[in-house]
Amino acid sequence: MLLRFTEDHEWLKIDGDVATVGITAYAAEQLGDLVFVQLPEIGTTLDKGDEAAVVESVKAASDVYAPAAGEVVGINEEIVNDPSIVNANPESSGWFYKLKLTDVKSLGGLMDEAAYKELIG
Amino acid sequence: MSIDAKTSVPALQRTPLHALHLALGARMAPFAGYDMPLNYPAGVLKEHRHTRVAAGLFDVSHMGQIVLRPKSGAMADAARAIERLVPADILGLAPGRQRYTFFTNGNGGILDDLMVSNRSDHYLLVVNAARKAQDLALLQDGLEGDCNVEQLDRALIALQGPKAESVLARLASDCVGMQFMDVRELTILGTECIAARSGYTGEDGFEISLPADVAREIAEGLLENPDVAPAGLAARDTLRLEAGLCLYGADIDTATTPTMAGLSWAIPAVRRQGPRAGGFPGARIILDELDRGPATRRVALAPETRTPVRAGAPLFAEETGGAPAGHVTSGGFGPSVDRPIAMGYVPAGLSAPGTVLFAEVRGKRLPVAVATFPFVEHRYKRA
Repeated sequence: MLLRFTEDHEWLKIDGDVATVGITAYAAEQLGDLVFVQLPEIGTTLDKGDEAAVVESVKAASDVYAPAAGEVVGINEEIVNDPSIVNANPESSGWFYKLKLTDVKSLGGLMDEAAYKELIG
Repeated sequence: MSIDAKTSVPALQRTPLHALHLALGARMAPFAGYDMPLNYPAGVLKEHRHTRVAAGLFDVSHMGQIVLRPKSGAMADAARAIERLVPADILGLAPGRQRYTFFTNGNGGILDDLMVSNRSDHYLLVVNAARKAQDLALLQDGLEGDCNVEQLDRALIALQGPKAESVLARLASDCVGMQFMDVRELTILGTECIAARSGYTGEDGFEISLPADVAREIAEGLLENPDVAPAGLAARDTLRLEAGLCLYGADIDTATTPTMAGLSWAIPAVRRQGPRAGGFPGARIILDELDRGPATRRVALAPETRTPVRAGAPLFAEETGGAPAGHVTSGGFGPSVDRPIAMGYVPAGLSAPGTVLFAEVRGKRLPVAVATFPFVEHRYKRA
């Protein structure tokens, strides 16, 4: 299991060729109380940088981008029914979707935890 | 996801309660030139819901407080002068009473909405923060010769919610006798304040004007009561949206007339007919529109999916094709109704409650039904 982060405040837990994706605690805190989550459909093929999901706080909507290319193989329906789970546990039960990675070997632009912590200061 | 970088905005003004907001851990954001609390650590949903069941304390010191004093000493002279700028019955506003009105322009558009209080020997106006400089200039130009115009440098707080009365009564027991839109002096922790029984949340509550140097002490005195929680601008916005109240610059502006905005109730009969009919900017257009009915109307909108529909979203009569028929001016999630709510302008022919329209959000047309205001019943203290 490998934990990686993006500059766009997503995390990936990579297990074999499947990455579980979510937004970081920092992102969840910056967004504030979430009231709506829209997830990709299972089977959707995403390129790196595609709009994969949408989160809406009371104030505004934000896109969540695909951190790598792959196929969506699982989604977390719980956070659609109760978006507050993302605020409460962004890096565990508040995960968004599972991505079967197109190429595990070319995961460019991802950071480890120490580098991400440096980014958010 | 992109998150706005923390940029330092130069020369933001601070209210007398700025240090208290920081001490309470508020998330600050620029609003109308002020560094204001968006929310506190509890978050907007809790702040909103707490205000509906107990009491929320809001800093609204960024709003303008303007005193108009008749040069002749006769309040009727000041009232007649103010009536040249607003379509309200100011002459009939009794001492100790407050009224909602708006400044109009020659096209019948709204320059700002405001509260006017009769304070026995002067009128006190409370205007929007973003408009106070323009309002001040408008008053100085328009009332010159009749009134001395002075902007007050005081704090303004709003205590809102079903427990506002019991909370305030502990510090100023005589607030209990006040009705909705009454205004009077209250002595709070030894300081004479001006309290109005009003607010912009749809709840009972008080808006209290107080000297800047005691603002923090009085705010902390109110916050000591466990029924009171601090609430930020984000909660203020969701509360007023649920109450169906207009936000200047979003739901009303110079392109909307009072009639279009559904604010005709604030234009009384004495300003429509008889010797004092009209006489305010744009009167001919507005009075004519009152007779004929406006071509477009502000309506409540109830999105039929869970997707929030926000300001700027175009509204279509059909699910596919066609040009936009209207647009959303305010929208988001209503924490007390636990679903998305919105308001916007549509042609009169599409304004009947129950009419299903389609709002375009991220390229998809989502059904929204025309509903009725308010989304949450008003609970003002009326006799």
